[in-house]
Amino acid sequence: MTTTPLLALEGLGITFGGLKAVNDVSFTVKPGEIVSVIGPNGAGKTTLFNMISGIYTPGAGKVRLAGEDVTALSPHLLARRGMCRTFQNLQVFQTMTVLENVISGYHLQESGSVLADLLNLPASRRRAKQAEEGARALLKRVGLDRAAEREAGSLSYGSLKRLEIARAMALSPKVLLLDEPAAGCNAVETEEIDHLIAEIAASGVAILLVEHDMKMVMRISNHIVVLDHGEKIAEGDPATVSQNPAVIAAYLGAENAAG
Amino acid sequence: MNLSTKTATLLGLAALVALAPLFFPSGFYYRVGALIFVNGLAVTGIVILTGWAGQISLGHAGFAGIGAYACALAPVHWGIHPGLAIFLGAAVSALLAFLVGRPILRLKGYYLAVASLGMGILISMVLNNERDLTRGPDGIDVPELGLRAVLKTAGLDLTNGQFWYFFCGLILLLGAWIALNLHDSPTGRALRALHGSEVAARTVGIDVPRLKLQAFVISAVYASVSGSLLALQNKFITPDVAGFMHSVEMVTMAVLGGVGSVAGAIFGAAVLTLLPQVLTVFAEYEQLVLGLVMVLVMIFLREGVVPSILRKIRGTGE
Ligand SMILES: Nc1ncnc2c1ncn2[C@@H]1O[C@H](COP(=O)(O)OP(=O)(O)O)[C@@H](O)[C@H]1O
Ligand SMILES: [Mg+2]
Repeated sequence: MTTTPLLALEGLGITFGGLKAVNDVSFTVKPGEIVSVIGPNGAGKTTLFNMISGIYTPGAGKVRLAGEDVTALSPHLLARRGMCRTFQNLQVFQTMTVLENVISGYHLQESGSVLADLLNLPASRRRAKQAEEGARALLKRVGLDRAAEREAGSLSYGSLKRLEIARAMALSPKVLLLDEPAAGCNAVETEEIDHLIAEIAASGVAILLVEHDMKMVMRISNHIVVLDHGEKIAEGDPATVSQNPAVIAAYLGAENAAG
Repeated sequence: MNLSTKTATLLGLAALVALAPLFFPSGFYYRVGALIFVNGLAVTGIVILTGWAGQISLGHAGFAGIGAYACALAPVHWGIHPGLAIFLGAAVSALLAFLVGRPILRLKGYYLAVASLGMGILISMVLNNERDLTRGPDGIDVPELGLRAVLKTAGLDLTNGQFWYFFCGLILLLGAWIALNLHDSPTGRALRALHGSEVAARTVGIDVPRLKLQAFVISAVYASVSGSLLALQNKFITPDVAGFMHSVEMVTMAVLGGVGSVAGAIFGAAVLTLLPQVLTVFAEYEQLVLGLVMVLVMIFLREGVVPSILRKIRGTGE
């Protein structure tokens, strides 16, 4: 394939007080592609996501979004350019309703002038209405439409994971980073999330996935990157990676041994 | 649900303003009522800043001072009508809030509390020491607003107490309406989002420092207008209006009533305004009582009185 990648990492690295949490990691994700990052706990997967999404400033290397250098931009500016993510430790707005959570993803489209908001001008109300319609459609897509008016904090773990995906989708992402979207979900929920991710990728979004559920990773990934102690130790398609001795030693072996 | 909170708050407030005078034992209570409304306005601003944007200001009385002294000085020195001086004060307060907040709100944490504390002290010092302009700690006369005379020629003859009661009541209604609009608007949702999870707010594209700055500027305008109204109705003002105790009072009123709710804030303002009028000892021990209220609310009613009661009644959150 010759499509230019939507996301390109070039020698990305960061150190925390001497610990090389991520070191010299490079790979790309093309539109419609699902790339998974796997590796044992503490391998640096979440840290990698935090650098890509602007929460941490990389100590070395570059992040490119559709060819453009976006290294170390603020998270809100990256989000505005289509770099969107979900969190391993959920970050929903607990006291808002499910619907409001997703509407907040429309913040960019819906927010105009503060003055219009203060005075409740028609422009403000119109934007709010459009955002609400979009958010309801997204909730339907992730199967949460019936929970729209519930307080987000009252949802089950699996539902919250899907809520975060819906909120990220509201931003019309080019690149979607999903940090353990199926963690804590039962088999049925996992399969739903599985389908959802495949569907989002099919619409041309570049997906970078961190997931511990190996069956899911092997099933839906086009490409897998293996991290260990912050270093990329292997990459390739699922079949290749699962045969790689270094990977089996560092990760898959341990996983199998643990049952 | 949101709409009903907004409508209920506004209707309840309007009914209160209109009907309370029926129960006033004497004309004196118009004055107390007007004071409650003026404080309620300032505290509504605190709700926006603290309850929704999660930022703490310990110098908000500084903006009240600017609003108050704008009404005292602008008419005398620059021939500006006292009514327009309210807007002038609000504009100066907004500008100052912008200048102070812009660098500070980029930092994470509660630096605004420290910065605003310093700002409040500075404003208070200027008002106390620039005697040539402000007459210092003894205070200064404030010109008549003149609206009551206009109403009189139009056939509406109110006593001074009645006029300020209804005028401040109307302004508070307006202030509450604006705050509640904000709450339900995209900006308000973004504010609540950043309060819920700042990291998540940023990743949905919310410019967190900018939003906090907007909240700080808006709340400064509330405090400023409140100071103006206080000065105009008393026709006299001292630098105490900008003092640290006044800042603490605003925060305590908000915390007591419920810092996340406009109705609660007004309730808190009412209680702590009435208390010194009913209990004269309160005036002597004001600092002690404010401190005690703060501690007790924090221990027993984390959300403040009104939201806690509403939660009990509805059996759920707001
Ligand atoms: N903010 C931080 N400060 C210090 N160390 C950190 C920080 N964030 C992550 N780390 C460290 O970096 C390493 C990688 O962590 P993480 O990216 O969370 O791993 P993973 O998501 O692969 O389980 C761990 O050793 C972790 O303790
Ligand atoms: Mg992780």
